[in-house]
Amino acid sequence: MTFFNEARFLIKTNIRDYGMYIALFVIMLTFSVLTDGLFMSSRNISNLLDSAGYIAVLAVGMTLIIVIRHIDLSVGFVAGFLGAVAAIFLTQMGMSVWLVIPIVLAFGIIIGLFNGFLVAKIGIPSFVATLAGMLIFRGALLNVTESTGTIIVNDDLFNALGNGFIPSLVEVNGLHLLSVLVGVIGIALYIYSEISTRRNKVKYGFDVISLPIFTLKLVFVSFIIGYITWVLAGYNGFSWTVVIMLLVVVIYHFLSTKTVLGRNIYAVGSNPEAAHLSGINVTKITMIVFGSMGMLAALSGILFTARLQSATTTAGTLFELDAIAAAYVGGVSSAGGVGKVTGAIIGAIVMASLSSGMNLLGVGISYQYMIRGGVLAAAVIFDVMTRKQRG
Amino acid sequence: MRDYILEMNGITKEFTGIKALDDVNFKVERGEIHCLIGENGAGKSTLMKVLSGVYPYGTYEGDIVFEGEIQRFNEINDSVKAGIAIIYQELALFPDLTVYENIFAGNEIRKGPFVDWNETIVQSAKMLKKVKLNVDPETLIKDLGVGKQQLVEIAKTLSKDVKLLILDEPTAALNENDSENLLELLKELRSQGITCIMISHKLKEVISIADKATILRDGKTIVTLDAHKGEISESVIIKNMVGREIADIYPKRLDHQFGETVLELNDWSAYDTQLGRHVVKKANIQVKQGEIVGIAGLMGSGRTELALSIFGNPKKYKVEGDMQVNGRKVQFKHTSDAIKAGIAYVTEDRKGNGLFLINDIKNNITAAHLKGISQSGVLNLNEEVKVGSEYRKSMHIKTSSLELAVGKLSGGNQQKVSLGKWLFTGPKILILDEPTRGIDVGAKFEIYTIMNELIKQGMSIIMISSELNEIIGMSDRIYVMAEGAITGELSRENTTQEAIMELATQ
Repeated sequence: MTFFNEARFLIKTNIRDYGMYIALFVIMLTFSVLTDGLFMSSRNISNLLDSAGYIAVLAVGMTLIIVIRHIDLSVGFVAGFLGAVAAIFLTQMGMSVWLVIPIVLAFGIIIGLFNGFLVAKIGIPSFVATLAGMLIFRGALLNVTESTGTIIVNDDLFNALGNGFIPSLVEVNGLHLLSVLVGVIGIALYIYSEISTRRNKVKYGFDVISLPIFTLKLVFVSFIIGYITWVLAGYNGFSWTVVIMLLVVVIYHFLSTKTVLGRNIYAVGSNPEAAHLSGINVTKITMIVFGSMGMLAALSGILFTARLQSATTTAGTLFELDAIAAAYVGGVSSAGGVGKVTGAIIGAIVMASLSSGMNLLGVGISYQYMIRGGVLAAAVIFDVMTRKQRG
Repeated sequence: MRDYILEMNGITKEFTGIKALDDVNFKVERGEIHCLIGENGAGKSTLMKVLSGVYPYGTYEGDIVFEGEIQRFNEINDSVKAGIAIIYQELALFPDLTVYENIFAGNEIRKGPFVDWNETIVQSAKMLKKVKLNVDPETLIKDLGVGKQQLVEIAKTLSKDVKLLILDEPTAALNENDSENLLELLKELRSQGITCIMISHKLKEVISIADKATILRDGKTIVTLDAHKGEISESVIIKNMVGREIADIYPKRLDHQFGETVLELNDWSAYDTQLGRHVVKKANIQVKQGEIVGIAGLMGSGRTELALSIFGNPKKYKVEGDMQVNGRKVQFKHTSDAIKAGIAYVTEDRKGNGLFLINDIKNNITAAHLKGISQSGVLNLNEEVKVGSEYRKSMHIKTSSLELAVGKLSGGNQQKVSLGKWLFTGPKILILDEPTRGIDVGAKFEIYTIMNELIKQGMSIIMISSELNEIIGMSDRIYVMAEGAITGELSRENTTQEAIMELATQ
């Protein structure tokens, strides 16, 4: 097979996976042109990623929820409520950040497990169970912020999670050294893992893509990581939000693709009855997925509170729908069993890019909603079309 | 001059380079029952889809002449209007609606802008009489058995003034009684002048009912046989289907000794809390090592329920009695416990609860035994490909790639994947529920061969089957069930179909 034929074949068979990357690229390019490059400026990209953070972590959890054919509407106000709880712990009870974060995450897990219990054990449809949760936690959020109103958080360490950047060590030519290092290490790890995977495949005697294509892929992805690093290092470097987001993606990507647990989650989503008859404990898997969703909702609440440096009475409003939209844009399928964690992050960044780009262009908020809705619809249409094509 | 109601001339249909149909000629005379036979993938369904307009005019080559006119169907409705009706294997009824609502669904009898329900009920009763179904038109579909549902579907078709009735494996889901009733009905309809095309895998039915039979192979018409000239017989059909002689469709196996008892049920009962009745009643069963034990019985006799109650009780029946595996008393709380104890259950309904259709072949094969390709919870994906290739080879799974979604495979290959999935768990006792339903003769033979291979390796097999021939041909010993109870035990040597039917209808 010649180079171009192979490339064409790979693109054709993986169009579904590449689709959203292409979409993101097109959106970024369009805004860059329309804003004379302002969109791709270090400052804007840094802000954009930070603003995507608290939705992105929700979208990761939501993707797995949708993969197992459920939905979680409660996550928005759970995030809002737990963000407020974190603020109360920090300000009114004077607890240390190092204590508050694990406690709040644990609360999130408990709430998620309770949702999972209602859905998996009692058999309440997840839409209804989590709709109830949405109302309850909205009330709970109002209840804890009622007497004080907005709770201002003064803890710098905590606020850094939403606003701070990793230390720069030394600035070289206006670039933050540590961030550059992180990027370089990222590229090195990426190249190493790709090469070792390839070697392993060769060892087993499996087909691998040809060397020129492989090299091209390595160079291309390395360039992208390098470019983003360079862009970010030119402003304040990697923010803690981005670091946390990357960690969540790496961990969840590994869990969902490389572990027995992940495989079981997708099996349950693909055919719950067959999963049960294959010895998979569907109840347990459902509980775990909802538990993880609760934990990520707590994390989202922490990031949001830290970003605003305060807990407000309306925090978390519509987060759940933004997360669901991001998950769908990222390629998850409501029929179950299909959807990637990496897709969820890209979906969240696509949605954040749209907001950011349109804000820069001064597009009215009314049109912004319409355009974002259109993009969501387009993503799902693309999903349905490519699936038809596949059979 | 013969009176052909339908002539399909030189039909060629391609799917991206693959010829699914290659210059097929198919002629049906008015008032006959014409069977369409072929292995899975031979092109029967594609041909019927061309005929019914699922593949619209212009997407295929050749002519469809129906009632003397060249037809250009753009969609299914066009063929329905012309008087062609297809009843698919998967029935298209609404389970929560009544019989009369179903019969006239989409074809409502109106009085002005409103539906005339009284007239609908009266007309439905007439249709039901026509198909000899004695039920109240106000019964809900879900309360009827599959056999009766099938008849409702036919009644629905008849309400639309049909000239050509096409049935796609109508008896695949029916027990022997219901099948016979259905075949009788088809003969009755023939005498009323309705022409019928029947796709079937069951050669006995074909022989008993067909006026003519056309055999397709690899998208080509092989031969049309005429029963009235004495051309139809089992061996002729099989020979033409597979293009080779199969002397005996059950592979010979050498006599062998059985080992210890590996599974024993004593007074084993299962109570279904949802149905509010016992689905298994005081069953006593023994299975020895290296033995194939057949479980025969009509549909609804509790065979699948028995298997499920053994296999970790996934339906949450209330079970009583005791079960021993390898002489030790066991209690399974979950299917995973049963798998651990060395029991595997290949389900009856491959697509519904057997396989993960959207996932690829290797995924499916490892799904029940991920431990075999992982270390402390982390998968070795290369090992998975290796395991997949091994089973692809040993099970003769015909596929272009291990990464193909299982839903795209033919029935026979799906069944092999399903079997491979359970063999990978390394079972001692393999329960096969209708292992050859809806798959072609060639694949059946392969599955029988694999079964024989497995018992030679010391596995024990429990085979549930509705096909009496298969039960008799493959089993060392046969239990017959009726209404949840074991009504008899027969040995391989002195079993006849009649003996089984007698016990099954007790």
